[in-house]
Amino acid sequence: MDLFLQLLFTGIGIGAVYALVALGFVLIFRATNVVNFAQGEFSMVAAYLMVVFSVDLGWPYWLSFLIALAGMALLGVVFNLGVYYPLRHRSFLPVIIATIGASILLDNSVLAIYGPQPQVLQGWFDTPGIQLGPVYLDSQYLLIIAVTIALVFFNYWFFEHTMLGKKLQATSQDKEMASLLGISVSSMIMLTFIYSAILGGLAGVLVAPVLFVSIQMGSTIALKAFAATIIGGFGDVAGAIIGGLAIGVIETFGAAYISVPYKDGFAFLVLILFLIFRPQGIFGERVAEKA
Amino acid sequence: MSAPSDNMTIPAPVVRSRPLLLRHLPYFTCAAILVALAAGMQFDGYVLNVLMQATTFSIAVFGLCVVLGLCGQINLAQAAFFGFGAYAVGIGTADLHMNYWLCLVAGALIALAAGALLGMSTLRLGGHYLAMVTISFQEIVTLVMINDVGLTHGPDGVPNIGRPGLFQSSQSYLAFCVAMLAIVGYLVWHLPDTRLGRAMRAVRDNELAAGVNGIDVFRTKIYAFALCAALGGLAGGLFAGGFAYVSPDQFTFNDSIVFLTMSLLGGSASPIGSAIGTGLLILIPEWLRFLKSVPGLYLAIYGLFVILIIRFMPDGIWGFVTVAYERWRAKTKAPAPSSPLKLMPATAGGDIVLEVTGLSKHFGGLKAVDGVDIQVKRGGVHALIGPNGSGKTTTLNVLSGLYKATAGKILLDGTDITHMPPHQRTAAGLGRTFQNIRLFRSMTALENVEIGAERPGNRMIGSGGDVALTGRAVEALNFVGLGSRANELISSFSYGHQRLIEIARALAANPTLLLLDEPAAGLNSTEKLELHELLKRIAAQGLTILIIDHDMTLVSEAAQHITVLNFGRRIADGESMAVLRHPDVVSAYLGNE
Repeated sequence: MDLFLQLLFTGIGIGAVYALVALGFVLIFRATNVVNFAQGEFSMVAAYLMVVFSVDLGWPYWLSFLIALAGMALLGVVFNLGVYYPLRHRSFLPVIIATIGASILLDNSVLAIYGPQPQVLQGWFDTPGIQLGPVYLDSQYLLIIAVTIALVFFNYWFFEHTMLGKKLQATSQDKEMASLLGISVSSMIMLTFIYSAILGGLAGVLVAPVLFVSIQMGSTIALKAFAATIIGGFGDVAGAIIGGLAIGVIETFGAAYISVPYKDGFAFLVLILFLIFRPQGIFGERVAEKA
Repeated sequence: MSAPSDNMTIPAPVVRSRPLLLRHLPYFTCAAILVALAAGMQFDGYVLNVLMQATTFSIAVFGLCVVLGLCGQINLAQAAFFGFGAYAVGIGTADLHMNYWLCLVAGALIALAAGALLGMSTLRLGGHYLAMVTISFQEIVTLVMINDVGLTHGPDGVPNIGRPGLFQSSQSYLAFCVAMLAIVGYLVWHLPDTRLGRAMRAVRDNELAAGVNGIDVFRTKIYAFALCAALGGLAGGLFAGGFAYVSPDQFTFNDSIVFLTMSLLGGSASPIGSAIGTGLLILIPEWLRFLKSVPGLYLAIYGLFVILIIRFMPDGIWGFVTVAYERWRAKTKAPAPSSPLKLMPATAGGDIVLEVTGLSKHFGGLKAVDGVDIQVKRGGVHALIGPNGSGKTTTLNVLSGLYKATAGKILLDGTDITHMPPHQRTAAGLGRTFQNIRLFRSMTALENVEIGAERPGNRMIGSGGDVALTGRAVEALNFVGLGSRANELISSFSYGHQRLIEIARALAANPTLLLLDEPAAGLNSTEKLELHELLKRIAAQGLTILIIDHDMTLVSEAAQHITVLNFGRRIADGESMAVLRHPDVVSAYLGNE
């Protein structure tokens, strides 16, 4: 039972990271109908920025953190202008392929600059964690969970109770109508990319102390986040969060009770099972029938 | 299908074209010369390896040509399928001491089965699912290759892989691979002009239209995907024999991306493009070896390449060449029709072609169509009208199977089609056009209409040979007055003409009932008159038409019978003039006083 609780805590902690990246996926998908296959690379690049400023240059942790997030905002702008925007009138296949190209470019540029050696990043707190009854609560995992909860509330408030959030929603639902109502669609899409890049970057910076900072971390996280969005119901915000947590818990238990080397395989297995038996996910995909 | 009554099946005109193999003699001559060169020239080991890699990779990229180029589906796990073939030959010959040929075939079959299963799980869903699932599959396969040490030797890889007795020397084995490349290349080159290939292109261009033209979209995608996987497996088997050693790092996600880049660079729509792309991406890195000294740089450039190609050269290198060729071909003379188009709608003998009872379609709480009855009499023009939002188009979509009916029953010529998917309804004799034109945009007018003519159960094309298909398609195009422009691409036609091509596509299939969804929408007054004439000529041949339109002049002149919907319910039904004077109809259109 003690082990069970411990694993549950770890699973939720790692699942929260997947949830954050999945949230970025969903926001871009809803705004542009495009699945961004470079979403995970946002996390990876942010983690490396953290290493550069906090470890290599020795700047304060909080400053490095802010710089990393600012860097992600910039990357979101460049990504939109360089990858999505020129292809916005094309069908989804070219856009998907372009984002895959972008993920390969980002992965290997970082590899070329920084080399293949995984890097270590310190956690935010000096205290490693606290013992609560039988369960040891790692401080970094607690931080991840707290940030995820805060962001879920922020998202809700932002999209439901601010004018900007409403405009973003309008854009994602009907671009033509939104532009006729005087909303600048291209700046709304730009904003979505910036916000998603920051979300991805945040996930990367938070998870970096738990994992190693490596080139592969981006694609691994992204694949699981994508599995999370499908399990939750494609395009659904709550589904992305629940799906992310589910994937985190499943793979933690799978690794503990079944097989460690195949840890990364469990998420995909669950994904394929879902696709066969419940492709619309837990909450159902938000697609209207069209003819 | 019903008994053919007096309209007996017309035997297809027997026109013997020259045998295919003879027409393609130049191709086989070139291939034979290449094989002879590969066997005869003395290469040093390095050149031999580069050639071996280029040859086997090309075959794997041919697979992408089928799935991506022809069918428009993505596969990011081609390296995994390639690995299946490679490990089958590797483990089979080195560990189990089995016959090479057996292993080669087994590898391709395993890849085929894996591809088919993977496709079945995902191909009903949107393309983004397929992309992600193939990546996931690729990752799982890599994990198994590395971790299942008992089977795959883990990261150490499989050494001492055998070759067939006949091709022991590297030189002769290369010649064998080149021969395989030529054969597979020939098949893939020819695929677009076969029934399956046309179906794949139709699915790529417009899934909905493919479905209502009698193509089983889901199955076509699975065939494409499985074929791609099988070619990957075959290529992998050849690769393993060539290099005598395989290890997991040769079959990773990165390698799948390399395959994809090769396909995109050369032009994914053609095997020639695939071969060019593969050749370039194997040779260029060999020339720029210094790039490999920095890990990652080389793949980073690949990534950049992918973005740039998609942006600036979406059809690849070979695409450039082909576009020029298509322009030239459009000017070539279209084949002259041998006879005017004959429409011989099948009949079960009853007076009613379409009998709809209690049809309902609810979207959540919205009752878009609510208990509608329609009876369409044989041989007439029946109009379905109603104000905006009255449920006309929804009714049509339920009739053609794009929406599932919530309740009710649809009988087409005595056959219950209520629960059939769109392509089976088409096979049963339903033809339709769309309000927002859905043509296969990358094809010529003739090819579009050929796909219509190829409807399963079409009695007008005999056994369905190429000559009969083309003949039927030309007749149909001629019927709508566009026969002379048959070889032009869809994009060069005006809106009104595109609409006519869509009608020709439906007519070529010789349907029992033709559904026209707002055919007059967006046409100018001259075009509307032409459309009216066309409808008369169609009806004169005894084909029943169910038409939806807003143009009251057209409807009142063309239709003998009118059904009126409002708020999803039928409010009037009967002979045209009587219905149009019906007080409920007048108030639905003009409002109450």
